[in-house]
Amino acid sequence: MNEISHLVGAAGPDSLVVRFAGDSGDGMQLTGSRFTQEAALDGADLATFPDFPAEIRAPVGTTFGVSAFQIQFGGRRVRTPGDQLDVLVALNPAALKTNLEDLRHGGTLIVDTAAFVDRNLRKAGYDRDPREDDALDAYRCLEIDITKLTQAAVKPLGVGNRDANRARNFWTLGLVLWLTGRRRSSTQEWIRERFASEPLVRDANLAALDAGHAYGETAELPRLPEVLAKGHSAPLPAGRYRTVTGVEALCYGLVAAARLSGIDLFYGSYPITPASSMLHMLARLGAFGVRTFQAEDEIAAICAAIGASYAGQLGITGSSGPGIALKMEALGLAIATELPLVVIDAQRGGPSTGLPTKTEQSDLFQAVLGRNADSPIVVLAASTPGDCFPVAIEAVRLATRYMTPVMLLTDGFLANASEPWLIPDLAALEPFPVQQGAAADGFKPYARDPETLARAWVPPGTPGLRHRIGGIERAHPTGAISYDPANHQTMTDFRRAKILGIARDIPEQDFVAGGPDDRLLILGWGSTFGAIQSAVDRLRAGGAAVAHAHLRHIWPLPANLGDILAGFDRVLVPELNAGQLNFLLQGVYGCRVESLTKVSGKPFTAAEIETRVKTLLEA
Amino acid sequence: MATVLEREPKGLTPKDWASDQEVRWCPGCGDYAILKAVQKTLADLQADPDRTVFISGIGCAARFPYYIESYGFHTIHGRAAAIATGAKLANPELDIWVVSGDGDSLSIGGNHLLHLLRRNVDLVYLLFNNEVYGLTKGQASPTSPRGTVSPSSPGGTLDAPVNAGAFALGAGARFVARVADVVQGPMVEVLTRAHGHTGTSFVEILQNCIVYNDGAFDAVTDKATAAEHQLWCRHGEPLLFAGGTKGVRLVPERFALEIFDVGADGLGAEAALVHDETNPMLAQMLVRLEAPTALGVIFAIEAPSYDAAFSAAAPARKPELADLQRQVGGRTTWEIG
Ligand SMILES: Cc1ncc(C[n+]2csc(CCOP(=O)(O)OP(=O)(O)O)c2C)c(N)n1
Ligand code: SF4
Ligand SMILES: [Mg+2]
Repeated sequence: MNEISHLVGAAGPDSLVVRFAGDSGDGMQLTGSRFTQEAALDGADLATFPDFPAEIRAPVGTTFGVSAFQIQFGGRRVRTPGDQLDVLVALNPAALKTNLEDLRHGGTLIVDTAAFVDRNLRKAGYDRDPREDDALDAYRCLEIDITKLTQAAVKPLGVGNRDANRARNFWTLGLVLWLTGRRRSSTQEWIRERFASEPLVRDANLAALDAGHAYGETAELPRLPEVLAKGHSAPLPAGRYRTVTGVEALCYGLVAAARLSGIDLFYGSYPITPASSMLHMLARLGAFGVRTFQAEDEIAAICAAIGASYAGQLGITGSSGPGIALKMEALGLAIATELPLVVIDAQRGGPSTGLPTKTEQSDLFQAVLGRNADSPIVVLAASTPGDCFPVAIEAVRLATRYMTPVMLLTDGFLANASEPWLIPDLAALEPFPVQQGAAADGFKPYARDPETLARAWVPPGTPGLRHRIGGIERAHPTGAISYDPANHQTMTDFRRAKILGIARDIPEQDFVAGGPDDRLLILGWGSTFGAIQSAVDRLRAGGAAVAHAHLRHIWPLPANLGDILAGFDRVLVPELNAGQLNFLLQGVYGCRVESLTKVSGKPFTAAEIETRVKTLLEA
Repeated sequence: MATVLEREPKGLTPKDWASDQEVRWCPGCGDYAILKAVQKTLADLQADPDRTVFISGIGCAARFPYYIESYGFHTIHGRAAAIATGAKLANPELDIWVVSGDGDSLSIGGNHLLHLLRRNVDLVYLLFNNEVYGLTKGQASPTSPRGTVSPSSPGGTLDAPVNAGAFALGAGARFVARVADVVQGPMVEVLTRAHGHTGTSFVEILQNCIVYNDGAFDAVTDKATAAEHQLWCRHGEPLLFAGGTKGVRLVPERFALEIFDVGADGLGAEAALVHDETNPMLAQMLVRLEAPTALGVIFAIEAPSYDAAFSAAAPARKPELADLQRQVGGRTTWEIG
């Protein structure tokens, strides 16, 4: 037990970081999500990070075919999937090779010895078996023939070795559940339901799960420290919880917004990672006022959405960076014709195809600035999986109230990551009923509401209000074609003032932690939220005067942001790009801001932010 | 368009279908004649202007919506088909007409036209084919014959043209017709059929651009040569032209169409093929004929429209808040605190 006690540390005594890594075909994502569910049901706070290859079926045993799922869970507030691993499961040499560096010294390593054969070692790029030299000495290594043990467990059912190998992940899950002191009842239930029509597979998976669990006990493996005392849960706000991914929260936000606005949604999209899962999910939510349309390309997807908005539904389109680039000309049409539209950009590494399955925040310029002409739109960014829900509602609210396109930025990390989510009480959400039509008397298509500067939404089919709109500059307020120089100035000014005026309709920027009296401000946006929050928690616990503010509204920026920035000598902007928000802030406020940037396809670790802040404070 | 009038006819005349906007095509442009025929068709149909929507891309042709007293959306180059698809799916009650040029439809917008046709969205699609880019001042278009000399092709174009009707049939169009700008009466007839057809009704209109491609269709439209060059396709009638002195027959050994002189070589009028607008093979051969040029409704078959299928596939609404709350709440939940 002694060697275990010093396990406590990296993630703090109240949480553990576990990563399941194996071949793409080894079922690591499933294993991770089942483990997540068990930890959640025990009342843990948690954050997950599924990380999978771009190839669908990469050659078996290769390093580029490794799929991994990381979770941090515990009885305290957990903000990130964790910097360093306490437990690494490596089902083959390639998984070991690509993940070992993240395992902290003293951490637990679980390997399937059956996979450490010459062929696999060579494929992973090992000259010799790493278990035979001192490479693994720094870890507590559990070398187990998981393959053989799984085969033995399912043999009584009459399951052959090949099919048995498919249950290897459940054996592993059983073991890790035991090591971490978690139950397995919800997984058993899940297996029974999921494989109800395949009794043999069902029974094999159940047997493997049980065998893995029992193995820990019979082999007298020391358990990992309990990070969640029995009967206690993480200090989360009281209420009923579920786990939620960013995609789920976002799609629920959209259908909730359909209800709150009274307007049906039309989602046009063309498959692209990591945005496709929104299309898949919305396609199953048709009963709640959203219809989906898989278009022939991204241009058609946004155009169909614009057509739907024109015809009186709210058009929404979602894609990732390259697809958003294709949509930009059409987005200009929505800006010009002042139609409501929501565009969701699930950012990924780029340029071009880039890193389809890896996260990045490098579309901020594209969102705010990436169009021809003076073409302002609203840009929002979600900060956690659960935050996608209110941000999606806000996107619909602003699009319909101001008759404007709204770009909502998420990313590959947010899309797939999950966290415990306090289930929102939908009845408590503020409705924002949307008006269509206008008074027939003296109707002018580009007459503006004096407060919002929005024009009226008058879909075709409205009796007596026939009119024509288009992309050629429109005369104020008739909408007729106009090449008049003064009119173009007027209309450009209106478009700009309308968007900037939204700053009056959004909350003032507040602080997540600390305040104006601190020495340094970390200003973040999007999915870096958890890493920044963890770092700031630790820094403040150590006495550092560090504040944290996090932007939801990227454009227009909150009205008081300039004052906040002016109040700090030092501002650090961490972002997963080469410094795009920094550039924007300097342009808007002329202020000097420090950047912490990273584009490795991985989220920030809290330590990276913490280290940088310490350096800045010491300087 | 199979939408039945629900309202009282309003007694609108072609003039009532003209908007207050000043028409800005070049004097003598073939687009004027098309505008007139469309306005007459709408008046004849007693269409409801509040439910009628003209959606266009970009080009000279695409200015069309501004001149019709209905709803109108002048969009972006090549994308009208996609925008119209979204509008029709969002509100199937709309009576949509798309107006597009040959460049708009077959260059930049080719992909969208392909998918509009295969889906069979219920609307009328008018392709004004002047075999040139009018609005951008005379460059060769995808329908310009090979060798076309233009500002962008001083040595003549190198690429083979696309045949609009053949493209439409290849894409799975269920209604393909062709007319020319000057043939007012028949154009109104064809447009009326197109409007009555459920699904995408594709109508190619040969249109003279008097400024950049004058006379491109002279052989077809000139009084002197029209009879020799216009082959009117009418379902169930023999494919005869030139005042009945010539006909189109099938040569089975070559599986090809052949023009013959009625009375020569022992071939009487009965040797002419009888037009069957439901026969896709015949339609492919007819749209590809060059002299004469096939006009009228070349192909028309019934098929369900995409928008009808889309509406029918909508799951039953769950209007209760409790249903949505249950959905959002998920199945596996736990309590804290
Ligand atoms: C994205 C984009 N590319 C290019 C243009 C320029 N452009 C406008 S109309 C046109 C061609 C129009 O030709 P056609 O569709 O045949 O219409 P016509 O003017 O002959 O009626 C082009 C290239 C544009 N408006 N937008
Ligand atoms: S350029 Fe040609 S097509 Fe365009 S308006 Fe003039 S004549 Fe008509
Ligand atoms: Mg043209």
